[in-house]
Formats: sequence, structure tokens, C-alpha cells
Amino acid sequence: MNNDEQNGKAHREEVCPGKKDKLNPLALQAEIEKKNAPEMWRSLEELAGNPEVREMMHREFPKGASEWIDAVSRRGFLKLMGSSLALAGMTACTRQPLEPIVPYVRQPEGLIPGKAMSYATAFTLGGYAAPLLVTSREFRPIKIEGNPEHQASLGGTDIFAQASILDLYDPDRSQNVLYKGEIATWGSFADQLRGPLNSQKTLQGAGIRILSRAFSSPTLLDQKQQFEKNFPLAKWHVYEPVNRDNVYAGAQIAFGQPVETVYKLDAADVIVSLDADFLYGGFPGMTRYARDFAKRRDPESEKMSRFYAIESAPTSTGAKADHRLPVRASEVEGIARALQGGAGLSGEAAKFVQALLGELQAAHGSSVVIPGEHQPPVVHALAHALNQQLGNVGKTVFYTDPVLATTESQIDSIRDLVADMRGGKVDLLVILGGNPAFDAPADLAFADALENSKIPVRVHLGLRNNETAELCHWHISEAHYLEQWGDTRAYDGTISIVQPLIAPLYTSHSASELVSLVNGQADTPGFELVQNYWKSKHSGADFDTFWRRSVHDGFVAGTTYQSKQVSLKAQENQASAQAGSSQDGGIEINFRRDPSIYDGRFANNAWLQELPKPLTKMTWDNPLLMGPRMADRLQVKSMDMVKVELNGKSLDLPVWIQAGHPDHSVTVYFGYGRRRSGRAGNAAGFDVYQLRYSATPDLASGKVTKTSGHYLLSTTQGYQTMDVGTAVGEDHREIVRAATLKDFKDKNFSPEAPEPEETMFNNPPYDYAAQPYVWGMTIDHNACVGCNNCIVACQSENNIAVVGKEQVNRGRHMHWLRVDVYYQGDRDNPRAYFQPVPCMQCENAPCEVVCPVGATTHSTEGLNDMIYNRCVGTRYCSNNCPYKVRRFNFLLFQDWETPQLKMMRNPDVTVRSRGVMEKCTYCVQRITHARIAAEEATTEQAKIDSIANLQTACQQSCPANAIVFGNINDPNSAVSKLKAKSRNYAVLDDLNTRPRTTYLGAVRNPNPELEGSST
Amino acid sequence: MQIFHRSANVISRASIYAGIFTAAFVLWACIQLQRSPYVTYAGVVRPQPVPFSHQHHVAAIGIDCRYCHTSVETSGFAGIPPTKTCMNCHSQIWTNAAILEPVRESFRSGKSLVWNRVNDLPDFVYFDHSIHINKGVGCNTCHGPVDRMPLMYNHASLQMEWCINCHRNPVKELRPRDQVFNMRYQKPSEDIPVVIDGKKFTDQMSLGKYLASAYHLRSALDITSCNTCHR
Repeated sequence: MNNDEQNGKAHREEVCPGKKDKLNPLALQAEIEKKNAPEMWRSLEELAGNPEVREMMHREFPKGASEWIDAVSRRGFLKLMGSSLALAGMTACTRQPLEPIVPYVRQPEGLIPGKAMSYATAFTLGGYAAPLLVTSREFRPIKIEGNPEHQASLGGTDIFAQASILDLYDPDRSQNVLYKGEIATWGSFADQLRGPLNSQKTLQGAGIRILSRAFSSPTLLDQKQQFEKNFPLAKWHVYEPVNRDNVYAGAQIAFGQPVETVYKLDAADVIVSLDADFLYGGFPGMTRYARDFAKRRDPESEKMSRFYAIESAPTSTGAKADHRLPVRASEVEGIARALQGGAGLSGEAAKFVQALLGELQAAHGSSVVIPGEHQPPVVHALAHALNQQLGNVGKTVFYTDPVLATTESQIDSIRDLVADMRGGKVDLLVILGGNPAFDAPADLAFADALENSKIPVRVHLGLRNNETAELCHWHISEAHYLEQWGDTRAYDGTISIVQPLIAPLYTSHSASELVSLVNGQADTPGFELVQNYWKSKHSGADFDTFWRRSVHDGFVAGTTYQSKQVSLKAQENQASAQAGSSQDGGIEINFRRDPSIYDGRFANNAWLQELPKPLTKMTWDNPLLMGPRMADRLQVKSMDMVKVELNGKSLDLPVWIQAGHPDHSVTVYFGYGRRRSGRAGNAAGFDVYQLRYSATPDLASGKVTKTSGHYLLSTTQGYQTMDVGTAVGEDHREIVRAATLKDFKDKNFSPEAPEPEETMFNNPPYDYAAQPYVWGMTIDHNACVGCNNCIVACQSENNIAVVGKEQVNRGRHMHWLRVDVYYQGDRDNPRAYFQPVPCMQCENAPCEVVCPVGATTHSTEGLNDMIYNRCVGTRYCSNNCPYKVRRFNFLLFQDWETPQLKMMRNPDVTVRSRGVMEKCTYCVQRITHARIAAEEATTEQAKIDSIANLQTACQQSCPANAIVFGNINDPNSAVSKLKAKSRNYAVLDDLNTRPRTTYLGAVRNPNPELEGSST
Repeated sequence: MQIFHRSANVISRASIYAGIFTAAFVLWACIQLQRSPYVTYAGVVRPQPVPFSHQHHVAAIGIDCRYCHTSVETSGFAGIPPTKTCMNCHSQIWTNAAILEPVRESFRSGKSLVWNRVNDLPDFVYFDHSIHINKGVGCNTCHGPVDRMPLMYNHASLQMEWCINCHRNPVKELRPRDQVFNMRYQKPSEDIPVVIDGKKFTDQMSLGKYLASAYHLRSALDITSCNTCHR
């Protein structure tokens, strides 16, 4: 860090007290004991009653957000002021420039200019499909939605699918075929490949190696088989850093064959997670599981499910648990054995397991045990055995054929490949996507093997000119999934045809097209490859109908896997796999995929980079997570640096103290520290792959010691804090209302609403009762699983800008919708509640009365409108907003130049400029479209349907159905029915703001046996 | 001691008045400029690649608006005809006319014609054609006598005061739906009454009121809410 930066940082810290000095945890514990801690808290500082948190509650933006604290000279400042004064006066007087309008030459059939269309396709992550309906405006895809007719989605998505549209338009994407860094053509590549392929033909392909990502595409699998037939001695390797090795190996131990496990959570009364993060994006089937899970979390349903989470790192899934047991990852196996009837546990865990055991035995056939992907195979085998033992198979647990095309260990696969490379056996290496030079296990030194083992022809196909492309002769720009034809399988085996939404923006090709080139079918377009495969599979004359239907619906009917009968093998080979046990005094290090950028492939996706991670609310970084107790012992604070030592290597990482993290273990997220990801991802975070070894990819034992130095982390935790009143006492406000199921049933939950303060604004400006439509929203605390999907959906729908790490730190991030986390209880194992907070659309909106220019006013339907072109940026409104949902463009955050990004924007929403306030509008553009459709409808039914189908972007993408929006004047609308429930409450209703967004209180279903304990 | 001469009083008074008047004049001039065709382009013909005459095509030949502006009834955007629409006729007639060369060139090469937008609203205004058509607002209510425009210009200022003028009292402009595309429609009078649903109207206000209820017009309060046009 140079001097300037240091000065700047010092200055920032001076004006951003929230960031200045994270509390010393030792002092913190003392303070907690001394004071009466608040019941609900958002950060450890708040728990300790840090006065700065109080100050934060009283501020609209954190201190420093409104100041110009970059180095700027007096002269520069005056120049700027002078010019802005001149510009402010003059802007109103400009004439509109001539605007070109460009019609088609031949307008495509079926296109209605100005109307959105939807097409079914599918996004694939780790080989598992997320079925989608993509909104297209004039054939530009602009928004991703889930496919409501597909059983794996039911309309929901996950953050990765939702944000994938930004990757399509990413200006940093690879745009050309490159040969040794020079622009070349696909044709010249095909020519150059012919020689090596011909000579390999005589050698039966002994020197050809293909390395692909995990895939489930039937077409690609068919091509793989073709390839293996053409070149019998060639090898096709598969590797992804986040893989299903443990899952398939576990099934192999249990059943002697790799199978896929599919859960039916809406049939489960008791759910046990053995370190599984099944309610967060990236877990196959997550969207469906979230829906099914939420369905059974309704306290008014006949039987609310009970969820036990045993986890080694705090996750959003664990936060939903009725009972959560934080343990080190290596201890999960012991607990699984104890659940099977073994003993050997003590303390908290023993009590927990005993209660759970009783519960499981009572819920025979209606429980489910879900093991996490990063748990060793033996835990999976134990979970299989448990599910058998508990009679769940065929009821809540189903086994099917594996979804992925290859089930062999991917780590073994890449290890073999590297051995061949170093052994000089490889003459032609084709890497289909992926980035092994960055993300392969460190001990294999893949990058070194690629660079130095003299492979004559190395080809890399990828969306980006990344760390691997750099070391290959040829780089072929890969077509984004929205630009190519393909097919893929969802978690339940259902096949979706991937159809392109747009012609390739650049000269790019799909993996299938490249493989077909290797197979000697040069220049077969991807469309023909996919269609020909399906022609060969389809019997009957009506192929055309079948094809059109499958493409249109987004899935091929009848391809869902049937559940299969498997029988448990004898248990003798369930050897313990205590890879990273801490018995040698080491600290357990959990390696996890990053919640936002997955394995690093989304590093250049600025939406995901800036998405606050579920519990830490961290953006743009991957600190090391540790629990408060461990931090006490190491005497470290958040943002201090520690050294992690493992297998003789070491890495310095900043610390983030995370409440609820198990002791004697730390968690690191890999995927950060990219060198060649693009402008957004380069240099963000730390490269943890350096420490990830092939023998211990998920869990290792190492040393963590304190070193000197600090590192600035940008987290949104503690920003936009609603004022809870005094921490303890009569004025205390409940932002999140929570109760146990028993209390809810006995006392009917709702504590009496606080008496509103005296107010001058008692009469609504309009007679809402007379309106046909009056909009309102409910957000269900019980259903919300904290998956962050709504934030990305909102960002995509409403053209919301990203601001970067530095600006997030100043509290200038632009998300219209935030998901707050409220912790309850002690810091070692708190309960956590997620609260999505959009604009409340108050009927008595405090923001409106203070706007000097009438830029925020009320509509007759009760919306709190924000008119950007009127806003002059006084920020009085945000100052007066008790919910702190208004976001201000302190700088020109929006990219007005990049042509690709212009194509991505929603044309129905204004792109905001500097100096303008913005906020959630309940997706007013969707409301307007729906209302116009209703008014133009020719039949009564069409009219009803167009309003009934109206969804806000957050609601539509929510996999758990936690957000419900609609007309509250219609007593039969879903939202009216929810608002009538006793769980319904308004946040800060004592202010008499009369918010239109209300919440359904959180109800937990704890086991009476465990109640009262800290879990 | 007297520093200033007595005339200073007059000069100072005069300059105060002059100052006020100058400031008022500058303000008035700015406002006038802002509303003038120099800024609004009202009545100003813009350069186009082909001197397309609405007068000829609409009045002389009698082509309906919707032949070219196909999506005006269903979409917010009225649609601007693709080259193909021009060539439907001009592959048969005026096939060698020099002024149509850009059209033929576009059709041959597949490169679009680039017109200049005439009725150009600011990008923060979201106007929807279909709902106006649907509620009985005629094309020429906003676009003016298009059938008498040899070269296209915007009839109105398209400024917010002009929009809101009608939104505050839409009754003034409503006409039967079947008359929306009639360029020579006249408001009802004693001489030319408008008959709709068997009822005869001889003045606009009574017709407007009747149509407002028949077409379920939202109230003036509703359609002057900011989010009607801005979002």
C-alpha cells in the first residue's frame, strides 16, 4: 500500500466510524455480559451495544457517504463547482438531438415491436440445469425467469441463473478465436487441427485428451461416445472444482453404484441436514427444494416441519433451522454414526442427537437426512443407510440414475490427465470450458504442466480469455448458453433443450461444435448436432411436433428419471475418513465454493460480486471466517490479517468474525484472486486454490496464526439499520417478530400493535377503497430462505448499477432490495432471521412531504412514485425514510457508454444518472403493462388473468414463494388473504407510516426437549 | 459630506428598475424559447432519407394508418414500417423513381433505412399508443393533420404541459373508437352530430362524458399520477 492510499484510508476511517475499529471480541464479550444485550442484533458490534451502531440507526447513509473524501485540490473543486453550476442552469435548455429510428428491412413474423416475448431455455451450472423462461425485447434477452411449468423450477431461479444474463453482455468476454494471442479464425483453426487429428487417427488417438466440465447433455454424451469410438486410445477427462465426487462415491459405498438422490421435502416432517446447504444456489434442485421446504413451514398448516441443521460453517440454510448444531466438519461423521445408533458423543452434541433420534424414530417414513456435498463419501453412505433405516426411501427420498454424464471421481480424472501430460503422452489437449490452470488442485500444478510439458497443440474453449487460455496455443471464444443450441438435465433428470435467444454476439462456438470438429464432422452447426441427436432418439413420424413442443415447453416430456430400487450393501467398508480431524492440534480449514461467485467462474459478474453474501453481507471479497471464540483466543478482530499454513504453504487472509461459526475451525471460500477474469473480478479477494490439495479438497488441517496488518472489507452489514429504539425497554421496536409454534398457537402470536404516534397525516390523500387496484405486498419470514435471488432479480429488472468495493464501503451501494439478517441469542450459535426490505410504499410516506420539488409523490393506487427526471438530489427524502430503502446516485454509477450493456437494459425502466434518488417502485412498469392489458382485455376472464399474472421481479424469481404481491382491494387475491393472517405485521408501524409492504412473522418449531438450550 | 451627486438617486432607482426588468425579460425570453419550435420542433420538418409524403399516401391514396403502423392497437410502440412494407407497392409502381432509390437499396442490401424520429418524447417518458387508441383518442388529436402533411413534422410541442392538459380533462378529446383512425373526423356539432349506440350527440362535452363512462376511463386523478408516464 503506498502512502497516498494509506492517507486516504486513514481519512476514510475517520469519517466512516462504522468501519474504523471492529470491536475487540474480548471486550465485546465483557460488554455483552455487563449490559442487557438486545434481543435481536445485526452485527456483533450491535450485540455489544457499541454506540456507533446507535449512531448508524439515526443516519440515512453512513457517515462519509455524502462527503467528497477523495483527494481533490481546492482548485479542482472550484472548477467542478463552477462547471456544475453552469451545467445545472443550462441542462434544461438543451434541444433534444435528432434521434434516429431504424425499422427492420423484413420484420420477423410474430414480433410486435414494444412487446416482450418469453422463450424457454435452460442454464447449466455444474452439469445441473436451471430451466428458464427468458424475456426478450426485440430479440434481445433482457431478463431471466424460472420456467413455471418445469418441475425443477416452478417459476423460481437461483442467483447464478438470474445473473447469467450479465455474462452474456459482459464486454470483457472473449470475442475472437486466438492463435498464440493473435486474432485468427474458426476456419484456420479447423485447418490447423486437421493435421494432428489425421496423425492421431493412425495412433488410435493415443495422444488426444479432452478435458471438459461436468455435463449432463445427452448430445454431448453421445458425441463423447462417438469420440471414444473414433479414437479408442484417447481419453476424455472431466473436472470441476465444485463436483459431485463425494456424492457418487458415497452412493458407490452404500449401493455399489452411483445414484442420484432426490428429496421430496414437502413430504418430510423432520428434515436433517448433515452439513448440506440445500437452500442456496448451486445445490442441485435448490429452487424446487426451497419451494417444498417453504410449503411445510407454514405454522397454520396441519403439521409444520421441523428442521435440524448440523453444519460446519454458517449458511443461510442453517439459519432456517429450528435447531442448529455448529460442529467441525470432521465431527459430522460421528454424529451420523450416532444417529445410526452409535454412541461416543458428549456435551451439546449428545443432547442434540438424542433429541433428534427420538424425533426421527417417531417420524418413521416422513423424515429426510440430507448430506452435504463437501462431506466425505462415508457420510453420504451413512445418510443413505439412515434414510433406509428410517423408512424414508420411496417416501421422501428417491434414487435415480445419475444426472451427470460421468460419475468417476473428477479429482482422479484430472490427476490422471496431469500425469499423462507430464509423461509426454499428450499431443493434442482440448479444454472445453473451465479454468483448470486456476482452479485445479494446487499439488497437481496444472498450470505448470500445461505450460512446460511440451504438448504440441493445446486448445482452450471458454467464455473468457482466462488463466488457462493464456497457456494454450488456441483459444476459441465459447458461445454463451443464450447464444447456442444444446440440451441439459435438471436435478430430477428432466431434459431441457437449450435454445438460443440471440445470435452469437461474437465469433463463438459451443462445446458440441468443437467436439464435432474433433470427431471429423467439420462445420456442423450446433442446431443440427442437437436436432440430429434427438432425431436418432425419437421413434415415430411426428418428430417435428415433438421437437417444437419440447423446445417450446422448455423440457422434453417423459424424460424425468423414474426412481429406482437400490439395495444397501453390507456396511463393512464404511471406513472412517477423518481427513482433517483436529486431533493433531491443527485448525480445520473448510474449503467452500463462494456463495456469490461459485468456483470463480462468475468473478467478472459484477452483480454477483456486489451481492452481499447471505450471512456476512460481504461484497467483493473472500475473508476467512472464524467463530468469536477462536477470534478471542487468537486476539484478532475482523479485518485483521492471519496466516494460514497448510502443507508447507502459507497464505495471508483477512478475518471476518462470523457469529455461529464452530470453534477450532475456519472457513475459506475459493474462486477469488483471479488474474484474468476481466475488469470486475481481477484482483478482488484472495486465491485460496493455492491451498486446496487433491487429497483434501474440502477439509484440511492446518495452522492459523495472527500476523500484522489490516485489510479493508466491504460489507453492508450494519448499514441501512432501522432504528429499533432503545435496545432494551419499553420503546423497543420489534423489526422481526418471532415466536415458537407453541406460543403462536397458544397466544395467537401477534403482540398488540403499538399505538401510533400523534400525527398530522391521518387522512390518506385518496379514497383507496374506491379504487379498482390498490397494491400491496407481504413477505413471509418463515418462507424466506435468504437465497438472495430477489436482489439479483431486482437488479436485472430495474437496471440497477453496481458501484464497486470502495463505494460499497461508503454505503453507496444501489440495491433497491436488501436482505437484512437479524440474529437472536448468543454469538456462538444464534438464531437468524432473514428480512428482505424493499420500499414499503407507505400510505403516509415520510419521504413525500419533505421533497421540495415533488419528485416523489403518491399515486392513486397507493404507490410511492419516484420521478427521476424531477429529482434534484436534495436527499431530504432518504433522510426522512425510517426504513432506509432509498438509494442515491452519489456518482455516475451507471455505464452509459458500453454498447453491450445498453442491449441488456430493460427498456421499460429509466436509466438513472448522477445526483438522482432511486428506490423500489413495486416494478411499476410491470403494473402499468398489466393494468393496460386488463383495460384492453375483451373478456372479463382475460381482464382478471392479466392482473392475477402480475408479479414483481422479486416475487417472480423467489423460489420459496416468500414474496406475494397483488391487489389488496380484491379480498380474494393471495396478498389480501395473507394480510388477513394473524402473523401479518408492519415494521415500525408506531410511526404511522401505514406501509403497504407487511411481513408475516417468523414462527419456529423447536423440539420441546431441546428448548431452553442454546440451540 | 456628500459623496454622491444628487443624480445618483435617479440613476440608482433607474438601475434597480432596469435590473428587475432585464431579469424579468431574460426569464420571459427563456420561457418563450423553451416553448418555441426551436426547442420543441413543433411544426419543423426534420431531414429524412426519403421525402415520404403522408399527405399523398393517406389523403390521396387512402391507406389506413395501420397498414404501416401495425402495432399501434396492441403495443405501446406504434411501429414503423419495415422496408418490405414500402416494397409491397413499390416493387410494382414507381419502380425506377430516383427518390425511392434508398428504399430499393435497403431492400437489396438488407440494411435498414435510418429515419429521424419526428414525434420524439424524452427517454424518461413512457407513452403507450394502444391504451390511447383503445380509449378513443384519435390519431390526429396528437399527431395533427397528418393527411395534410407533405413532409412529416410534429404537430404539438409534446411538452408535459401539453400532455397533462388533456390528461386533466380527457373528455374534451374523446371520440368513438371507430373514428380513431378517421383523419377528417370532426367534433360533434348541431350540423354534424355524432351517433353512437343509437344516441345522438351534438356537443363534445356530452359525447366525451358518455364515452368516458362507456370506455371505463380512469379518473383524471388516476391518469395524472406521475407513474402514468414516468417510471
